Amino acid sequence: MTGLSAGDLERLKTIAARIRRKSLVLIFNRGSGHPGGSLSCADILAVLYGGYMYVDPARPDMRGRDHFVLCKGHASMALYAALSEAGFLPDDITSLPPDHQYLQGHPDRWKTPGVEMSTGSLGQGLSVALGMALAARLDGCGGRVFALLGDGELDEGQVWEAAMAAANYRVDNLVAIVDRNGLQIMGRTGEVMETEPLSAKWSAFGWNVVEVDGNDPGAVWEALDLARSVTGRPSVLLAKTVKGKGVSFMEGRPEWHAKAISASELERALAELESREKGGGCE
Amino acid sequence: MTKTAAPRDIVGKTLIELGREYPELVVLDADVGSSTRSAEFAAAFPSRFFQMGIAEANMAGVAAGLAASGKIPVMVGFAVFVTAKAFEQVRQSVAWANLNVKIIGSHAGLTVGLDGASHQAVEDVAIMRSLPNMCVLDPADAAETESAIRAAVVHRGPVYVRVGRLKSPVIYETPPRLTPGKAVVLREGKDATIIACGIMVARALEAASLLDGDGISVGVVDMASVKPLDGDCVVDCAGRTGAIVTAENASIVGGLGSAVAEVLAEKVPVPMERIGIPDVFGTSSDPERLMERYGMTAEHVRSAVTRVMARKRAQRGRDNG
Repeated sequence: MTGLSAGDLERLKTIAARIRRKSLVLIFNRGSGHPGGSLSCADILAVLYGGYMYVDPARPDMRGRDHFVLCKGHASMALYAALSEAGFLPDDITSLPPDHQYLQGHPDRWKTPGVEMSTGSLGQGLSVALGMALAARLDGCGGRVFALLGDGELDEGQVWEAAMAAANYRVDNLVAIVDRNGLQIMGRTGEVMETEPLSAKWSAFGWNVVEVDGNDPGAVWEALDLARSVTGRPSVLLAKTVKGKGVSFMEGRPEWHAKAISASELERALAELESREKGGGCE
Repeated sequence: MTKTAAPRDIVGKTLIELGREYPELVVLDADVGSSTRSAEFAAAFPSRFFQMGIAEANMAGVAAGLAASGKIPVMVGFAVFVTAKAFEQVRQSVAWANLNVKIIGSHAGLTVGLDGASHQAVEDVAIMRSLPNMCVLDPADAAETESAIRAAVVHRGPVYVRVGRLKSPVIYETPPRLTPGKAVVLREGKDATIIACGIMVARALEAASLLDGDGISVGVVDMASVKPLDGDCVVDCAGRTGAIVTAENASIVGGLGSAVAEVLAEKVPVPMERIGIPDVFGTSSDPERLMERYGMTAEHVRSAVTRVMARKRAQRGRDNG
């Protein structure tokens, strides 16, 4: 059972809804971005930055802190929204001009406070996360590393090089989370490039596999606890999500992978999200 | 008999020394540690050595992650694979992320010889030089290779160090001072200047001796720091001698020759000639024979000096006529 109280859960759901709202406004403001994959991972980010990770915006370099790598760098606006919820970025982030240096199209570790790694080119983040996990182990200071990957990103061979190496080094302070929304630019992941059976693949590579509903913050929190309890090997959360989650006309539609949002679309989307922000979570 | 030493044989010893001085230094290998000599570091510091298998792309990313967490990772591999195979990883995770990763590329240029074109890095200098934030060092001999690895570790930010495989003539008895962006003038001259890097520095010095016999006074510059380039030194040499020859164990497209040409064209357009791998992939042969085949011997450097001086005279004749 999750150690989360009903109040904690409501708080995470509210953070997720706020991440969704801020992501969409940021994307609307700049006239480009990736709404689908930002919405699908909002609940995962809400859990990580809403209390699961040991991070502190007042002491961003503190020893023993946890690390996060957004391997799917195109969900940058969702990351900035989460960092804004966590206090690394201003709460009124959506009022920044769209070309503000904090709001890079893909995350840049030198330009945005709280961003741990520059990403955007897919496939590279898990290797970097592994390096961070090895460094934390050398330092013996207990930091854990969370890497959020897209499921389309699993087409990249480097992901599997990193998966092999992480198991080889038995890093149990590394958690990969696959935002398994099932869609990529050209359609369903299985149609573009078959990556199933995913669970068997990660298991065969030596990972502890946890399957979870990635749009349920309570379930994600519990899955992360489950991952933490396994020692001697890395863990992966195969987090089943809905692309465009929370906005009915974006859900499950690949065309919302990368697309500008019109003013009327934003209005409709925010109206849907507002009811959830107040009412708690997506159903 | 000229004294020789293989630059790669200095790598292990130097890494061990630096490992003692810098507790945060770690080394990564892609299953070539016995050839690159990084295995010597593994024996000395087993917990700070990471065998990444034959997977350079992942190695570059892991190095970036280690650097992001405060380590000084040195990834050592064959020049062609740590630069070209892992190029986009080095581009995003190392150079753009501006992380403190050191890349040592062994078996650079034609020195790998018989293994042939697949293993001969001809373009590594050009592609590493094209990356913002990246420093590129191509040291002249074993002692300067030690200086280059030390300079790389001291420098904050990504550095690529090229290392030759073969025994090559000793130019420096002890490791010289090597600072990124600073050239070393080995010989002054009046008539022309040879600007060289890597194993071509020895050939440049040999050519200068041959030209002494012809009554021609030639300066020789060791431009181990290909990037940042010592542009002031290039301008100074061009101003004083009015004729420049570059010599490198890499493609003349994008390498030292190109870097020097960029400075000359913008600041002091004097006649110049480039010696190096002439925009071709290599082939399997003994390295010395490859140097002969691609026009990279001391004799070829000497001819290039003669040609560039003829152009200088012709130009001055026109200017005065």
